[in-house]
Amino acid sequence: MPFIPHTEADVREMLATIGAKSIEELFDEIPQNLRAQGLAGIPEGLSEMEVGRLMSERARQDGRPLSFLGAGAYEHHIPSAVWTITTRGEYYSTYTPYQAEASQGTLQLIHEYQTMISSLTGMEVSNASLYDGGSAVAEAALMAARAHRKSKSPRVLVPSTVNPNYRRVAISTTGNQGLRFETVPYQRETGCIDFAALASFAGQDIAAMVIQQPNFFGQLEDVDALTDWAHEQGMLVIAAVNPTSLALLKPPGEWGIKGADICVGEGQPLGVPLSSGGPYFGFMTTRMDYLRSMPGRIVGRTVDLEGRHGYTLTLQAREQHIRRGKATSNICTNQGLLMTAATIYMSLIGPAGLAQVAETSMARTHQLVTALGRQRGVRQAFAGPRFHECVLLLDRPAAAVLRELESQGILGGVDLSGDYPELGSAILVCATETKTDGDVERYANALGSALQAVRAA
Amino acid sequence: MNQMLEKSIFEYSRDGRGAEAQHPPALRGAVASAAKEALGAVPAALCRKSKPMLPEASELDVVRHFTRLSQLNFSIDTNFYPLGSCTMKYNPKACNQYAMLPEFLSRHPLAPDSQGQGFLSCMFELQEMLKKVTGMKAVSLNPMAGAHGEFAGVAMIRAYHRARGDLVRNEIIVPEAAHGTNPATATMCGCIVREIPVDAEGDVDIEALKKAVGPNTAGIMLTNPSTLGVFERKIEEVARIVHGDGGLLYYDGANLNAILGKVRPGDMGFDVIHMNLHKTFSTPHGGGGPGAGAVGVSTRLEPFLPVPVVGREGEGYCWLAETDRPQSIGRLSAFMGNTGVLLRAYIYMRMLGREGMSRVGEFATLNANYVMARLSSAGFDLAYPNRRASHEFIITMKRQAKELNVTAMDIAKRLLDYGFHAPTTYFPLLVPECLLIEPAETESRETLDGFIDAMVAILGEASSDATKLKGAPYTMPVRRLDDVRAAKQLELTWKPVDSAA
Amino acid sequence: MSQVIADLKYAKSHEWARLLPSGLVEIGITDHAQHALGDLVFVEVPEAGRALEAGAACAVVESVKAASDVYSPIACTVVECNTELASTPELINQDCYGRGWLIRVKPASASALEGLLSADAYSAVLTAEGG
Repeated sequence: MPFIPHTEADVREMLATIGAKSIEELFDEIPQNLRAQGLAGIPEGLSEMEVGRLMSERARQDGRPLSFLGAGAYEHHIPSAVWTITTRGEYYSTYTPYQAEASQGTLQLIHEYQTMISSLTGMEVSNASLYDGGSAVAEAALMAARAHRKSKSPRVLVPSTVNPNYRRVAISTTGNQGLRFETVPYQRETGCIDFAALASFAGQDIAAMVIQQPNFFGQLEDVDALTDWAHEQGMLVIAAVNPTSLALLKPPGEWGIKGADICVGEGQPLGVPLSSGGPYFGFMTTRMDYLRSMPGRIVGRTVDLEGRHGYTLTLQAREQHIRRGKATSNICTNQGLLMTAATIYMSLIGPAGLAQVAETSMARTHQLVTALGRQRGVRQAFAGPRFHECVLLLDRPAAAVLRELESQGILGGVDLSGDYPELGSAILVCATETKTDGDVERYANALGSALQAVRAA
Repeated sequence: MNQMLEKSIFEYSRDGRGAEAQHPPALRGAVASAAKEALGAVPAALCRKSKPMLPEASELDVVRHFTRLSQLNFSIDTNFYPLGSCTMKYNPKACNQYAMLPEFLSRHPLAPDSQGQGFLSCMFELQEMLKKVTGMKAVSLNPMAGAHGEFAGVAMIRAYHRARGDLVRNEIIVPEAAHGTNPATATMCGCIVREIPVDAEGDVDIEALKKAVGPNTAGIMLTNPSTLGVFERKIEEVARIVHGDGGLLYYDGANLNAILGKVRPGDMGFDVIHMNLHKTFSTPHGGGGPGAGAVGVSTRLEPFLPVPVVGREGEGYCWLAETDRPQSIGRLSAFMGNTGVLLRAYIYMRMLGREGMSRVGEFATLNANYVMARLSSAGFDLAYPNRRASHEFIITMKRQAKELNVTAMDIAKRLLDYGFHAPTTYFPLLVPECLLIEPAETESRETLDGFIDAMVAILGEASSDATKLKGAPYTMPVRRLDDVRAAKQLELTWKPVDSAA
Repeated sequence: MSQVIADLKYAKSHEWARLLPSGLVEIGITDHAQHALGDLVFVEVPEAGRALEAGAACAVVESVKAASDVYSPIACTVVECNTELASTPELINQDCYGRGWLIRVKPASASALEGLLSADAYSAVLTAEGG
């Protein structure tokens, strides 16, 4: 019996100990009419050899196209040691570290993670992870509304330069609690938040504002001015950031005069494979002032009975297993294993390596955009500084061009026409340190011929 | 167990050291000038001025550090976890290996469906299998954990009532023994929580339920078998009462392992369920996550499922999103949930197959009743002595606490010295000094006997040397930790001065 | 057995109230409550000036294993909070009827305390709860 070790003798003797005639008898408290009649429609079991073959065939169907997709999930080199260690049984198959004495490895690792991610974001404290970047923005909005000492407003400003899927997740997660997200438009020349449009919100009672840096288009917002403006209006500032970029860019803790209040983001770029969208992890850091409003698990260092240092989950009275209906969130299971991978990634890549990853990604994107821009009918949508993504406008429908590229084994970008119809035919492209001169050249040539093919059709 | 504590990763750090094989190659030629241009365009005010505190360590030091840390953990691969309500079963290695094939790992979430038919076919078949084992009509794989599935479920209940123009239903009924996530979820969905008691035999108090149900009832959240480790025998009556007054039934799938293949939540009358794939379907706990909390619904709730879901399109498979599902409660993750976890659950279910899945509930129940019978005859007090165990059961140390001053916590900590992870303690809250014990079906009889022997030995120690139990554990990397100090003198990040201490 | 002080008034939810010579009322949690919670690690008190209905949640006391709301036994307005508790929540464990007081309030009516339990009646409540 797969994964069940019982011999016939075991079953016989165990039933005798219980005083039951059959395993069936152990279910005698369940009303007969509720009993399942087999599991029709579930296939027969497979051996490991058979399932291995099946999965290899399925994987082969998906192929490995050359990808220039980003939009919230980024292809980066992952050191071999990251997943070799992360999938050790002692991390992979361990439980939530509630029994601290039997979980010092996981607990110390989380504490090291909290230290790294706090420093990277320039904030004071971190939790042990949330589900993903989108849900982290939603939790941050709820936290800001809860933690705001002066405002009881349910309003949160979310510029249209914030990842549209993050905005969707925030709305579906917080709507039942009455939070209201209000959009701020972007400026067409720069692809950044339109300061003039912000003026219409001045003087109003609003709990918080979300600022994404780099923003969804890859452009760099004027975070100092935005943070100071929001603080002047009495709002809390929620920063949504790409962790790789923070090796080069100003950390949210230093934005403006006072710094952002809550910082969140998608942790995937730190050693987590793309894997069709998950599992990733959301990170969240904040100032000491808002610690008790933060959702999720937190690890603290303390001493044991003999005075030796050790680690334990702390401030658990904020959490659902103690506070139940009054908890800061219902989150229980988080994304621990991905946080583990990220901690090992950050340890291996180090500050210099992360800066090189960020610089190389910026350089490759710049090189790509320059090369693609030489093709007829391609131009950049926005001026101004950016990180490792860029919006390109095409003179032919994006969907058709991308399909044409796909037939040449290239995923050329994310079609923005659904979320930003005002841009016309627009794609968001991304190149990271994983791309070579050859990859860039291949895409540029392919785009030229794809546009030609669409024009001809 | 390794007795050595491991120093902080930051103590391996030296200015200018690094794992340089991992750094991207130096930029040459065209890309070097591109770097200069791109970086030059960024105003100084937007740039970072100080180096982040990330380790600067060699690859070998990093590998050793995290390998040593791992050795300070208990895990399923090394220890038995009789952990009630958490279903710690073996995580087959094949599930990990085949979910990590390079094509699966490298697929971008926004890659077109045409570049993911293999992956999507697995997701579609997983949805179908989950429907069949639970008796539900439709499934969404989106939620990323049990609590996230609960959120989706209650949000769907609210959306359903709202779509019918019934705007007053905002109360969620939960039994007082419920998981903390149940009331926390109800609050997150903007609902009011009404707790109802259970009777002396562990079933829902029907009279209290009748009083609680009314025109404001959105629904009831139940775990069955309940958190008390017994099957809710009056489930059909509960369903009649709640449905009769217009409310819906939510099934918390934390204990689905107990009845897998034996009873289906859909047949019990539940309208919406979540399944903890990291419990019942053997995906790893990973030290706290990731999980996966797929939700299943009856026909009337199908339009409200969170998006995206996988649909069929001719011979192929595709994601169905907001435009295909206009009444959906929306998107709960930036992309498609914890897909890598879902792949592992798919592989597990394919390996078990129809017969293997039916055996899960049977052998989990056999193991639990066996351990319960032996512990009971060894002198432990059962919380519900007149009931069958489901896949788990509760013993209470109330008598020993009074007579010997030995608590459930002391037993739990002492078990660590015997090499067993502690059972769930102090949950459910309504049983004093309780230990909730769940020996999953993948544990052999010898392992169970070893655990029982340890429990009996500890009970002996409780009578002969109670102070010894108070000081346990003795063989772990650390002794009992000062939780009060941890909460009052907060040390939430590592500080360089610590190394001197 | 928990300590119950004779000249105080009590609420079933384990708060005590003391009429001060100034006419203000001092409110805290009982010895039974602090014992049940264990070592306190955090206390959240309301801002001065807040009006409270009788039975309204007005403070939170937190230990490592539990967090509990404190309910105002009477209708009142908060005048003063015990700021020492922010850094030394253990005062409640050490001296719950003295230095561990939570808030001082102005009662909405002079007869507010009359509806509360006497020490004897509160002791009877504790006995009934098995504590």
